[in-house]
Amino acid sequence: MSAPPRHLLGTRGLPAERALEILETAESFREVSLRPIKKVPALRGKTVVNLFVEPSTRTRVSFELAAKRLSADAVNLSGSASSLRKGETLADTARTLEAMHPDVIVIRHPEPGAAHLLARHTRAAVVNAGDGTHEHPTQALLDAMTIRHHFGRLAGLKVVLVGDIAHSRVARSDIHLFRTLGAEVTVCGPPTLIPLGIEDLGVRVAYRIEEAVEGADVVMALRMQLERQRGGFVPSLAEYSRLFGLTAERIERMAPDGIVMHPGPMNRGIEIGGEVADGPRAVITEQVENGVAVRMAVLYLLAGADGG
Amino acid sequence: MDRLLLRGARVVDPASGLDGVRDVLVAGGRIVSVAAGITERPPVTIDLDGLVLAPGFIDMHVHLREPGQEHKETIASGCAAAAAGGFTAIASMANTEPVNDCRAVTEMILAEARRHGSVRVYPVGAVSKGLEGRELAPIGEMVEAGAVAVSDDGRPIEDASLMRRALQYARLFGIPVLAHEEDPSLVGDGVAHEGPVAARLGLPGWPAAAEDSMIARDLLLAEDVGGRLHIQHVTTGRGLELIRWSRARGVPVTCEVTPHHLTLTDEAIEGFGTNYKMNPPLRTEEDRRALVGALAGGEVDAVATDHAPHHRDEKAVEFRQAPFGVVGLETAVPVLLDRLVRTGEVPLPALVAALSTGPARALGVAGGRIAPGEPADFTVLDLERERTVEAAGFRSRASNTPFEGWSLTGWPVMTVVAGRVIHDSR
Ligand SMILES: [Zn+2]
Repeated sequence: MSAPPRHLLGTRGLPAERALEILETAESFREVSLRPIKKVPALRGKTVVNLFVEPSTRTRVSFELAAKRLSADAVNLSGSASSLRKGETLADTARTLEAMHPDVIVIRHPEPGAAHLLARHTRAAVVNAGDGTHEHPTQALLDAMTIRHHFGRLAGLKVVLVGDIAHSRVARSDIHLFRTLGAEVTVCGPPTLIPLGIEDLGVRVAYRIEEAVEGADVVMALRMQLERQRGGFVPSLAEYSRLFGLTAERIERMAPDGIVMHPGPMNRGIEIGGEVADGPRAVITEQVENGVAVRMAVLYLLAGADGG
Repeated sequence: MDRLLLRGARVVDPASGLDGVRDVLVAGGRIVSVAAGITERPPVTIDLDGLVLAPGFIDMHVHLREPGQEHKETIASGCAAAAAGGFTAIASMANTEPVNDCRAVTEMILAEARRHGSVRVYPVGAVSKGLEGRELAPIGEMVEAGAVAVSDDGRPIEDASLMRRALQYARLFGIPVLAHEEDPSLVGDGVAHEGPVAARLGLPGWPAAAEDSMIARDLLLAEDVGGRLHIQHVTTGRGLELIRWSRARGVPVTCEVTPHHLTLTDEAIEGFGTNYKMNPPLRTEEDRRALVGALAGGEVDAVATDHAPHHRDEKAVEFRQAPFGVVGLETAVPVLLDRLVRTGEVPLPALVAALSTGPARALGVAGGRIAPGEPADFTVLDLERERTVEAAGFRSRASNTPFEGWSLTGWPVMTVVAGRVIHDSR
């Protein structure tokens, strides 16, 4: 048996056994958050640094809660508060952080590959909390956890990702992980937002949403970044919504027990209709809850991996 | 004066179709005779038993960074790197600071090369003033000062009418226009070949069509107005097809490919290593094979390194932030000998032609053949020498190589310029 990987940089290449180990561990931590005293001593004495060069309150809070519930010391460094100034490179920052002897560094960064770069410059375990348009592995893991709650499995499920695939780190991480766990994945969106060559990741491409969601077990609407319209990828958000928005009528085509997901934050009325977001198929709040459990599992497995 | 005998090498001279053991006698910096068993014994005789003697290699695409960015490279360090890598001559691109767009800068480069350089330096002047793509630079005065070609390399010439005028005007001097083919409106913020690898890494794509459409445009312009067009760093199979098509119509276009595009594909950027970030980007395996096939078949005039030194700190950043470009002078020859010649994909004479005869002809400079009267510029190869690429030992100031750690068999071991041994590691 090879040693478990030291970092979680992405879901690409993450072996199924390792993914399942994280998901099983997350199941056991889920219960911790339901206790009156939401804390276990699993990572007492360990230091987790949350380095958020790109702001994201939701993800940061989720990681921070995860670290605290494991009794780790959590330090938050945001783009402005840290020594990250103009002219200081990520490698410089990594050297500064080394002085704090962190066990885990959680990094959120606007540049694809930033987590890989950091991993080359630190002794700590690195968790990628979103690197530009590349990956966001803990989001994919919490998505997988949510799906497993409903279906008990991913194998054989029809999963559809709708929207801006090209710029979505969530889409990439979901595709790798869901495929590894045996789901059939379809991506759907305007051709300008579906990268050429995406089929190589083992997904089907559909341009008509009615066709894509037909019989689907899971449909995930991705957040439409408003600047994509200015970038000329779509003529207007109204047209995008008309062609690709998740409406009550469209999701009727799903499998009878199909679920609707969204990684948040939602643009109601653009990629997802309000009636769908609040409807019985939506599992969006469950995704958020599972986020803390998945992140606890990841921190626990990485910080504990050296047996320290 | 300074007579020299190079004895017993396997002389590979594609220009004269020669591949056999010969002696070469040199005097006054020029070749006097090439024959088997020369009996004269001048004061200096160099025994080259078991080694290959080729016409001096010419790298027609080098960025020397001086003036302006001497922390990356200087004319002296670039020339030393060239000599160590088996090159006897290099063409230096105009994107220095200030830009080589006038007589003064051309003269400064030549003066500096005479003072500190070991190899021949051929300055390439800018096509447009300041590389701004608006007005023609004073091409005439640069040619008078010693420029051998013009190019805005590093930047494409967006404006088609400026390109057309450059081709027309350069005809006056019989010099080629070296074209960096890139349509900026299609590249946008692209940093990697548009395809599955960029898709999975979440990197903005650089479509092959951004290169091919500009190649097509310039081929049509060259056909219409005449003028010598040379396409730099071709990276796509389709680009080669366009060049083939244009040649069939009688257009005397030349082209070059780089060692990195001949041996690497976009798969190499998998770990976001910035030493695989170049312009144009690494393409697909299919493209790579097309380039190798064209080199083997003699359709590629030159292999040129596009030697682009960058400081270590500038490359130690996120992929999108890193500058484009890799160094190549000290690795080109061994990489090509090991990966293309040893594997049998490219015959040695075809490679030698693309490193000597071809670039000499494309640039219109001396050299590229081993014959009486030609300059005594030679590259000596040891096809059995084994060594590992270690950037730490480079003569270049920069170490941004994509070949670090490659174990390679077949290295240049001696470089001779005008009958003078400027590098010897036999
Ligand atoms: Zn170029």
